[in-house]
Amino acid sequence: MLELAMHILDIAENSVRADATTVVITIIENEETDSLTIEIDDNGTGMDEDEITKALDPFYTTKKVRRVGLGLPMLREACRRCDGMFAIESAKGTGTHIVARFRNSHIDRQPLGDMASSLVMLITGNPDMDFIYTHTKNGVSFMLNTATIKEAIEDVPINNPEILRFIKNMINEGLKEIGVYD
Amino acid sequence: MAKLTIEDLKKIKDKVQADTFLREGDRRVKVTVHMGTCGIAAGARQVMDALMAEISESGVTDVVVTTSGCMGLCSREPLVTVEVVNKEPIKYEHMNANKMRQVFKRHIIEGEIQSDFALAKGSEKTD
Repeated sequence: MLELAMHILDIAENSVRADATTVVITIIENEETDSLTIEIDDNGTGMDEDEITKALDPFYTTKKVRRVGLGLPMLREACRRCDGMFAIESAKGTGTHIVARFRNSHIDRQPLGDMASSLVMLITGNPDMDFIYTHTKNGVSFMLNTATIKEAIEDVPINNPEILRFIKNMINEGLKEIGVYD
Repeated sequence: MAKLTIEDLKKIKDKVQADTFLREGDRRVKVTVHMGTCGIAAGARQVMDALMAEISESGVTDVVVTTSGCMGLCSREPLVTVEVVNKEPIKYEHMNANKMRQVFKRHIIEGEIQSDFALAKGSEKTD
């Protein structure tokens, strides 16, 4: 994966397949502690302990069309090579919580990339789900909640191209404001 | 530029509502961008970005875009399925932003299958 935003899109797709209705994506950048933390939290079906272990095996997948499952192993590997840490907490019926931490200044840390595009992709493919995205950099935050947007647009579908373009601009502007993009 | 607010969103909503009222059309084309780990790593997001931009620019309202999982042909990603109503779905392989724009203009709008990038006809099972 070339960008962290692509990892996030990929991992959130797991939540989609786990029948989650809400996915909470949190990114915390802290220059003081030199860390970048990504948390993805869903209310999907969850995994038991056995499944958590298997999920990190690249040759394990719940899909029938191919024999490998690389999403989580690749994210864990990305963390590992950046002096980071990776954890999965999950239980059947309560959802899954994933933490991926990187040493922010590590030369191998992928750039954050286009978060607005990843979020819009998720919304396009899953208009019925809710996504809550919070990005904090050095204590200043930007937040986007699709539930609030749905309330404001009433009967207009959230995957209408005009609305999606608006959401994209909103995220890009918000992230610029808190200093995520130079 | 001033900060985008929920108020701005409401203005767009009113505009969209008025537009849909003027040209109430049925769904004519469904486009599926396959978004498994393989698709994302191969550039499916850029393909989707290009498609959304084309739709926005052309102002068409009868094209629905959705995503789906991997269908087992990871080496041919990014894959895009174009399904014109009452016609067999067409799968395009090794897509990129430029090919997507061509498929949008020639196939989705004009109805001419772009056989240079086409992989197959028909539906598949994704899971």
